[in-house]
Amino acid sequence: MEALWLSTKLAASVMVILLAIGMPVAYWLAYSSWRGKFLVESVVALPLVLPPTVLGFYALVAMGPRGPLGKLWIALFGHGLAFTFGGLILASVLYSFPFAVQPLIVSFEGVDRRLLDASAVLGAGSVRTFLRVILPLSLPGVITAAVLSFAHTLGEFGVVLMVGGNLAGVTRTVSIDIYDHVQSLEYGEANRMALVLLVISFAVLSVVYAVNRRVWMPWAAK
Amino acid sequence: MDAVGGEVSAAMLLAQIRKERRDAQARSFVLDVSIEVSPGITILFGASGAGKSTLLDCIAGLVRPDDGQITVGTDVLFDSARGIDLPASKRRVAYVFQTLALFPHLNSEENVAYGLTALRGKEKQDRVEAILKAFRVEKLRKQKPGEISGGERQRIALARSLVAEPRVLLLDEPLTGLDAELKSAIVDDLRAWNAAKGIPVLYVTHSREEVDALGERVIALDNGCVASAGAPMDVLNAPRRKKLAQAAGFENLLPAAVLDLREADGVMRVRLQESTCEIEVPLGYATAGSRVRVAIRAGDILLATERPHGLSARNVIEGRILSLEQRGTKVIARVDCGIAFVVHITPGAVRALDLATGRKVWLVVKTNSCHLVD
Repeated sequence: MEALWLSTKLAASVMVILLAIGMPVAYWLAYSSWRGKFLVESVVALPLVLPPTVLGFYALVAMGPRGPLGKLWIALFGHGLAFTFGGLILASVLYSFPFAVQPLIVSFEGVDRRLLDASAVLGAGSVRTFLRVILPLSLPGVITAAVLSFAHTLGEFGVVLMVGGNLAGVTRTVSIDIYDHVQSLEYGEANRMALVLLVISFAVLSVVYAVNRRVWMPWAAK
Repeated sequence: MDAVGGEVSAAMLLAQIRKERRDAQARSFVLDVSIEVSPGITILFGASGAGKSTLLDCIAGLVRPDDGQITVGTDVLFDSARGIDLPASKRRVAYVFQTLALFPHLNSEENVAYGLTALRGKEKQDRVEAILKAFRVEKLRKQKPGEISGGERQRIALARSLVAEPRVLLLDEPLTGLDAELKSAIVDDLRAWNAAKGIPVLYVTHSREEVDALGERVIALDNGCVASAGAPMDVLNAPRRKKLAQAAGFENLLPAAVLDLREADGVMRVRLQESTCEIEVPLGYATAGSRVRVAIRAGDILLATERPHGLSARNVIEGRILSLEQRGTKVIARVDCGIAFVVHITPGAVRALDLATGRKVWLVVKTNSCHLVD
């Protein structure tokens, strides 16, 4: 159960961080008219196509005692970043980034531009427009982003293994735990944990589809 | 934004704007106007694509002009020479869009209160209450835009734009789709409200009917330029007079009688005199039955030897060639369609189509190639 708790803690932290970083990034990607935007879009989508081991490898190198991030971390906190829970969070944030940002972009872009114009001529600056108009009208996208980043982090394996290794209570998440059990031929144990992940994943996806399918917004009905 | 009321100065809106835009086909459109809007309602009249909405967007601060100045009284909203460009949120220019753009997730009261950021509590509540009453929608305060009728939405949109006491009000065809009675009721309420405030109101429409109903002053916009400005009667007659001088270069100057106006399409049908020939021309300032002259350049007319199909051009007129006369590199064809048309074609076309005197032909004329002349 320790592994499950660890996974949940990891997924929840990553979800919160991703929403906080993802919103400004998605806002910029949705509304900027900069020509080089496609480059940023490619970088954001990169984790979708990269094998987790590639991402994990570079994350590990960067976090190592000789990597730039690792050096910085040691200077700040006195210990390394690799094979710690903090390192795990950082790598997972990178890996799940597109899962949070893409739904946000789509829903921000879906907001009628004239509503933003209306907000501006009524005296609202961009922050107020975002909080009072864009965000409430993008609620389904925000929920999707939150749920997907949570679920994607929960089930992650390759990146966790590369960056976190397999330290009980520190970096041994559910998926690592399952792998561990299978390696030791404890199929019963493995099945128990796998079933938990299966049920959670199904529940999470059901929420996403329900949110997107149901006429969530009562004002949409005429 | 300083939304707290007090003295509202009735200042004139001056806008001198140049803005080039490109459409999806990369065709360039240039808006180049200089207008004065004094307190009270001024109609901005013109066909769709004349640049009305672009002009409003520039005044509101949603589109940045390439060049020019926009001032209200002594306040400068935009000045390209001095590098001043107030953001839309700081201009205190109210704008009611054609789509109204009410916030769908907020109820009427919340929509109206949206711009009142400087007020709190009871004061804010009172202000919202007062304007909802002024526009007769106080019963709808808890309803969302999706739950009320079109006319009610238009009233809420007006109330929302006016509650923060703007310096200028821009209305982009806000009352389209309403019947005349409802329209005039809303306009009366707007007038009553503005009687006390006296701010410049720029009201965009392409409907002649609304010009008659509202007009104190009219600015007619044509293809990005001010065609004329002044009292409705002067403006409505001016373009035709003005174009008479230009008509010198038109080889076909045909007297006609107006049959009917199709305002929604921006066209009217006329019958060419002494013939049964009916053509469609751009909507002008005329009424059914009145006499006009239609000017068409000889080079703007296409000639076909079979009845053409599937054309965007609205006017296809049957006739017979009276004469062909070569002059330099062009051939002047006279065609009898009940009334004689002059058509310019190339010698190559004459050979290719095997044109000869007495041959039956069809003339094709685009609506926009027909110019009205007084």
